[in-house]
Amino acid sequence: MTQTVNSPQFNRNARKALDDAFLQKALARSEKGFIERRKAAVEKLPEYDALRDNARDLKDHILGHLDLYLDVYEKNVIASGGHVHWAATAEEANEIILGICKRLNAKTVAKGKSMISEETGLNAYLEENGVRPIETDLGEYIIQLRGETPSHIIAPALHVTKEQIEADFRRAHTELPPGRNLDEPTSLLAEARAMLRESFLNVEVGITGANFLIAETGSSVIVTNEGNGDLTQTLAKAHIVISSIEKVVPTREDAATFLRLLARTASGMDLSVYTTFSTGARREGDPDGPFEYHVVLLDNGRSNMLGGKFQEMLRCIRCGACMNHCPVFHAVGGHAYGWVYPGPMGAVLTPSLVGVEKGGQLPNASTFCGRCEEVCPVRIPLPKLMRNWREREFERHLQPATVRYGLGLWAAFAKRPALYRAATSLVIKFLRLIGGKGRFRALPLAGGWTRHRDFPTPQGETFQSLWSKRSQSR
Amino acid sequence: MKGRDTIFANIKKSLGVEHDDHVRRETVSARIEKHPRNVIPARGQKPAPDRTALFLQMAENAKASVVMLDSKDDVPAAVADYLRSKNLPQSIRRGDDERLSLIPWATQRALEVTTGASDGAQLASVSYSFGAVAESGTLVMLSGRDNPTTLNFLPDHHVVVVDERDIAGDYETVWDKIRERFGENKMPRVVNWISGPSRSGDIEQTHLLGAQGPRSLHVLVVRSS
Repeated sequence: MTQTVNSPQFNRNARKALDDAFLQKALARSEKGFIERRKAAVEKLPEYDALRDNARDLKDHILGHLDLYLDVYEKNVIASGGHVHWAATAEEANEIILGICKRLNAKTVAKGKSMISEETGLNAYLEENGVRPIETDLGEYIIQLRGETPSHIIAPALHVTKEQIEADFRRAHTELPPGRNLDEPTSLLAEARAMLRESFLNVEVGITGANFLIAETGSSVIVTNEGNGDLTQTLAKAHIVISSIEKVVPTREDAATFLRLLARTASGMDLSVYTTFSTGARREGDPDGPFEYHVVLLDNGRSNMLGGKFQEMLRCIRCGACMNHCPVFHAVGGHAYGWVYPGPMGAVLTPSLVGVEKGGQLPNASTFCGRCEEVCPVRIPLPKLMRNWREREFERHLQPATVRYGLGLWAAFAKRPALYRAATSLVIKFLRLIGGKGRFRALPLAGGWTRHRDFPTPQGETFQSLWSKRSQSR
Repeated sequence: MKGRDTIFANIKKSLGVEHDDHVRRETVSARIEKHPRNVIPARGQKPAPDRTALFLQMAENAKASVVMLDSKDDVPAAVADYLRSKNLPQSIRRGDDERLSLIPWATQRALEVTTGASDGAQLASVSYSFGAVAESGTLVMLSGRDNPTTLNFLPDHHVVVVDERDIAGDYETVWDKIRERFGENKMPRVVNWISGPSRSGDIEQTHLLGAQGPRSLHVLVVRSS
């Protein structure tokens, strides 16, 4: 049982998203903030680009030695009193976690934010088996009440407006007075804080993700701004970490390098409020902390990406900058992508993990503007990787016939420059003749464009003829 | 161990390293043993007085409040002042850390001081930090017998005492200090880097303080003469 894949319906999802007034309001608000905050943080750190080069090379080194670093990591987790569980598939990871919950008789578990648990569909699996998961990150808590999945990897409730949250809280928190004032975001936060406090103090198991795993010490690292991950793991009897295998880094120094990039690129902070390094369970004499410490390491298709055309995607540290800067994401939001990971990173990772048959639509959802690669802290060539997927989709005949014929027709012209020039200048002249100085409200074969906006009548000459005139006059 | 075997076999196959290769092994153990430093921002690489100033500035940027004290003996009065400024009862919970035990709490007669972990009922806690990092205004807290982790997260207000001499320029310096204290590849159960009070941006991307952890973080830096 893994998270259902709705990516093949991307086109339909996108159309629905464009018509969703609430969503469009939420997206318009978020776009500017993320971009400006990152820019300001990066400008204040002259070494930012040197750190990115450093991080890229380091990730390549780690991926080339992944088996060995995982082996060292495992030994050090065990040496510090923890347990390591290996899960080749999402189903195995869910079974392992349920097994620990059952053994400890856990009826409810607190959860810190974890995209890997979204990938395995852990919440639904636990619920079906009699264990109630409580999301403790405010954004995750909101979408859990709404029965939704995250629409952004670091801002899961990005798509929800304040008014919607108020309605959700009134619907879910029926024990509170119905007349209470929830107009301000601060009162919504206070209410969630009070509700979650109770949960933290009464659960047997706490599950968190991991931003990094440190081989040198067998530690797992989480970053949060709320402190929910810390309450989750400190107050429970057992702490379960669920992580994918590529999160391992060699040393504490290496973790520091990635941490200098992560928060700045994600949210424009120098560092998240809480960065927590956890190593094993409660030690002798410790007055608090979990009695058991488990790490569940998930592969779920990642080992197949090594050594191939998509290995670079495994450098990703999940900052979300690529989606924060993506014009397609800004227009349709995260849910349209139909699986766990949205935006450019999702467009590359989804077909890698669920197959090009189901995820092949996503790499087409890009204008190839290149902003994602420009802001990526580990310099993943996202447009190149999306192009690789498009080629693979074409090779496997997975696109609809109209797309294939269209591409074939276009290629026939593009490969013959003289013909291409003649044809385009002819079309332009014709359009100008029938359109004058105005705009087209409808055009045959261009309905996909004109349904949503007018098509301007071409003025002057083609780009190519202007360019060649310009070059000659120099 | 089926999952483990499958995963390792698949990684090795994809990387094309199915045969044991001592060069790869040695590369990996050398990196772990030598733990080389990577690029470190120049920002924190300053002599002591400027480093302290940077720490104070960065901690305030992170929405912590900071006060410099001349001596540890001034801590109780500073804590009492802070509680008053927040309209809180004169009561704190602290760990059994020796550095905290040596503070003359009795000089503030009205201040009730209890020790131990937090069960969620305490409004304010006082901790002693192991170190701090000027680069980002970050406190470095270690768990242990006398330093309950719950004091960092459950009370609404967290006061942290830092010795000025423990403020480092960068994270790497603090890692070396932890190695010195605990051994080469050892860590206490938890290391908490804390930069400011708890907050959330999950409601319409507006940053609001006091999400699940402390609503305020107050840092007392004790001057090193």
